[in-house]
Formats: sequence, C-alpha cells, structure tokens
Amino acid sequence: MKNNWWKFLAVAFVFYSIIGGLLFEVPVRAILNETIRNLYFHVPMWFAMIIVFCMSVFYSVKYLRTGHEYDDLKAIEYANVGVIFGCLGLITGMLWAQFTWGEWWSNDPKQNSAAIAMLIYLAYLVLRNSIDEEQKRARIGAIYNIFAFPVMIVLLFVLPRMTDSLHPGNGGNPGFNSYDLDSRMRMVFYPACAGWIMLGLWIAQIRFRMRKLENDILHQ
Amino acid sequence: MNLYTEVRSLIKKELVLEWRSKYALNGVLLYVAATVFICYQSFKRVDPITWNALFWVIMLFAAINAVAKSFMNESRGRQLYYYTLASPHAIIISKIIYNFLLMMLLSAIALFFYNVVFQNPIGDVPLYLLSVIIGSLSFSTAFTMISAIASKANNNATLMAILGFPIIVPILIGLIKLSKNAMDGLDRSVSGDEIMLLMGINVIVVVTSLLLFPYLWRE
Repeated sequence: MKNNWWKFLAVAFVFYSIIGGLLFEVPVRAILNETIRNLYFHVPMWFAMIIVFCMSVFYSVKYLRTGHEYDDLKAIEYANVGVIFGCLGLITGMLWAQFTWGEWWSNDPKQNSAAIAMLIYLAYLVLRNSIDEEQKRARIGAIYNIFAFPVMIVLLFVLPRMTDSLHPGNGGNPGFNSYDLDSRMRMVFYPACAGWIMLGLWIAQIRFRMRKLENDILHQ
Repeated sequence: MNLYTEVRSLIKKELVLEWRSKYALNGVLLYVAATVFICYQSFKRVDPITWNALFWVIMLFAAINAVAKSFMNESRGRQLYYYTLASPHAIIISKIIYNFLLMMLLSAIALFFYNVVFQNPIGDVPLYLLSVIIGSLSFSTAFTMISAIASKANNNATLMAILGFPIIVPILIGLIKLSKNAMDGLDRSVSGDEIMLLMGINVIVVVTSLLLFPYLWRE
C-alpha cells in the first residue's frame, strides 16, 4: 500500500480529468468552440508517450552497460506502451483536426512528424521480432532504440517549429500556455497530464512483470 | 597504432577491395544511370518541384543500395579478423568516410546524367552543389550505422529499408528544402537554418554511432 499510492492517484486523476474535462466550464473561442476540451485528452497522450519513451531509452542504455536481461524487458515494454500512447495521440489529434482544420489529415508538419516517429518505433518492434537469439535481440534492439531517439526528438520538437504549421505552439501559433489556457483549464489539464503519465508507467510495469513471469517459466 | 593510421589504412583497404571487385561499384553506378533514364522515359519533362523531389528520391534509393552492402558482404570470419586488428571506432569512422566518398561519386554521376536528360532549372548552382554534398554526408552517416545494425540482424535487405527510412525522413525534408531554396535562387541567408539543422543532425548521428558501434561490434 505504501508503494502503491500513486496508482490510486493515477486512477483518480484520470477519472477526474474525464469527468471534469467533459463537464467543467471552458473559455469560448471562435472556431475551437467545445473542441478545446480535446486539450485534456490529446496533449497528455504525448506527454505520457515522451516520458515512457525516455524510460525505454534509459533502460536500453542501462542494458548496454550492465547486460542484465530484465533491463531489456523493461525497455521493450516501455516502448510498447509508448507506441499505444502515440497512436492514441494521433487519433485524438486527427479527430480534433477534422473539426477545426476541416480535414482528418491535412499534411501538417506536426502530424507528419508524429506519424514518422511512430514508424521509427514500429521499426524497432519489427527489428526485435526478426532476431531469435535472446541476447543478440536485446543488444541490437537497445542499440537501435538509442540511435533512433535523438532523431525522434528532432522530428517532434525541432522540424515542426521551423516550418509553417497550424498546430498550436508551432509556426507562430499560440501554444497552450499563453492565452488559450486560463486558470479554469489548468485545474483539469495538469491533473490529466499527471494521471495519464502515471497510468502509462503503471501499464508498463504490469506488462514487464507479466513478461518476467513468462521468462522465468521458460527458463525453469 | 593510433586511430588516425588505423582509419587511413582501413579506408585504403576499402578502396583497394572495391577496385579489385569492380562489379559492385559498376553495378551501383549503372543502377543510378538506369534509374535516371527510366525517370526520364516516364516523365519526359518535369516542373521544378518535381525535378528536385525526383532527384532526391533517386539519390535515396541509390544510397540505400550503395551503403547497404558496406557491412553485408563481409563474412563473419573477416569481421573477426578486423576485430583483432583495429578498434571499433576506427572501423565505423573508416566506413563512414568511405561511404561518403562513394556517395559523392554517385551524386556527381547522378547529377551529371540528370542534367543531361532533364532541363536544368537551378538558380544558385554552388548552393545546390553544397546541398548535394551535405546530402551525401547525411546519407552516409545515417545509413552506415543502420547497415551495421541490419547486418547483425540476419543480413536482411528489407530490414535495412524499414529501419533506415524513418531515420532519413527528417534529413530528407531538410535537404529538399535547402535544395529548393538553391533552385529558386533565394538569398543565401535564408538557407542558414537548414544547413545548421542538417549539420546538427549529422553531428548527433555520428556521435551516437561512435558511442553505440563498439557495443554492436562486440559479439
């Protein structure tokens, strides 16, 4: 119980953000209207994805340094969860784009970059599946994971800022921390981010423990 | 032996090997020429945006073909032999430099054929050449490491494309923008950002390659 308090907090925050995000008052803006509520669901997905991918790279580095099998299992599970969050982020973003930009996919640099970042991690999963030998798979997977990470950072955070993008926070558009986000929205937004990040870490931990059990049974 | 002499002798070895079995080099050169000619036959004439994009697509596939074989056609025994002789840093640096030279040759030939068959709409030729040089450098740095990873994973050519394409996309976006600026003859100060970005990505890729290759090499 002492170590699990944050899991209850994660569930509470996520429920609070769903209920509060749909019911609480939001500022009225032209074009955005009620779609502004998407902020509570779309942005936390990306925050959670970035945190989870950072954890994945951290464990890949740790694996290369120590060669401990469990570190590799953690790296792959964090990457798996990150891919799920990335897909959810893409879907929520496309839904929002349909109602504000008028198209599901409007060739926006941010959308393209996010899709390519997903391709990088899907390639990582394919690479792991293509190697049978366990230690070799762990080592090569860790190397590709670390090699791809800086490229993903450039894709998501540098390139969209250099071109014209409709996405808030890019191409001279106001981001969510300027006038868009008033104090009422912060009351939901910050707990939503914290809740989804903790939920992501929790899912990855559970998946790691499942995989560890499978592994232990296989090696008996 | 220090790093410098190791790198120099390894590059010399690559060049001699390539020269002795000319079929690989000639194959890639013929590949470029044939691709350009196929593009010419299918497009006949193109507008400037397509001209630029088509050139980089040709270069991309030529680079995949040329660089992919840098680790794949070396047997396990020979790799073990290098392992006893040289440091992993020397090996990856020499491969990157050798691939850069190869890509420069390829781009020169591709650009020449391309300009012969298609009308040339370039406004600022020196800047375009610079973008081609940066492109060769970027392709060789990114694909050398990818090819090393793919060669350790069952020598699979499909894997090379799957792993390489997402990594090369940000570089390619930057390259196409830079070369488009050069074609339109825009003021050179406009292109400063792109050059910085591309060189920045290159530095990151080379540094991560140097850090990671020793782990990949050790078996």
